Amino acid sequence: MHLAQLNVAHLLAPLDTPQLAEFVSLLEPVNQLSDSAPGFVWRLKGGDDPTDTVQHDYGDDLVINFSVWESRETLWNFVYRSRHLAVLQRRREWFHRVAEPYSVMWWIEEGTIPELEDGMARLERLRAEGPGLEAFTFKDFYHPISV
Amino acid sequence: MLGDPVRRELYRFVVGQGRAVGRAEAAEAAGVGRALAAFHLDKLVEAGLLTAAFEHRGERRGPGSGRPAKVYRRSGTEHAVSLPARDYRTLALILAEVVDLLGGDEVAEEAARRAGRKLATGGPVAEALAGHGYEPYEEDGVLRLRNCPFHVLSQEHPLLVCSMNLALCQGLLEGRGEVRPDPRPGECCVVVSKTN
Repeated sequence: MHLAQLNVAHLLAPLDTPQLAEFVSLLEPVNQLSDSAPGFVWRLKGGDDPTDTVQHDYGDDLVINFSVWESRETLWNFVYRSRHLAVLQRRREWFHRVAEPYSVMWWIEEGTIPELEDGMARLERLRAEGPGLEAFTFKDFYHPISV
Repeated sequence: MLGDPVRRELYRFVVGQGRAVGRAEAAEAAGVGRALAAFHLDKLVEAGLLTAAFEHRGERRGPGSGRPAKVYRRSGTEHAVSLPARDYRTLALILAEVVDLLGGDEVAEEAARRAGRKLATGGPVAEALAGHGYEPYEEDGVLRLRNCPFHVLSQEHPLLVCSMNLALCQGLLEGRGEVRPDPRPGECCVVVSKTN
């Protein structure tokens, strides 16, 4: 099984404003970092340009990351144990603080590509019902049920 | 367990390398024979302070490459001694959750920075870090930190704990080094460049 993860963030200002300029300039190096990270499988791209963000219908202020990893450990190491952490630590400069969960994970069959709509529904499910095997987090992590 | 000076020296040597260490190498560093080193290393494994594995050390693989060598590295298990019993970890985990719930991470970072300043004593940067459990070592002109003193907490609340740790180190070394995040798996998330 592979681990799918989706996370969302609400922008403080539009991406083409000076306030977000530094965040936009970090998109390319961070995307390169994820794409070459051990255990990286797939990520939803916004377009051919490395600074294109994921296109979606969930509101202009929402930035979405959607990716697939070989394991919890490889995703963890990218998120928290790589240069990505420094970007994450600056999130208050660019994004609103949210009280509800903004990141969700679930297991998928290897070789399959998850759907954005499905991911957003799982985030809603996590928010409404709390963590479970279908929608969980690093903190409340569920291991796949072996068949 | 670490009362025996040979054993203590072997333990220090193994954890100071940050990689798997063979018996012969450890014996040489501690200035004892291989058999004695092996005895103490295995005692340290029994006590849960080190873990052992078998590795092919040379370039050669497969038949004829010889028996794999027994190698040692630090165990991931944490050992704390407190007499009488005190449990700061549980409370720290609860407080970290409270900070999250209150959205108080920036306030927590500032508090950590102030705490770092209070802990600052002067003296060499590496010694100051070693004194707080970070196990610094030099690589490519910067000090990297082999140990995360807040490891258990950082596994539960990585963003909060790594940000607080960064601020704490910045407070601790204010004016004496540039402290920035540069995490790697298995190490502290902070590195220090010397400022002159």
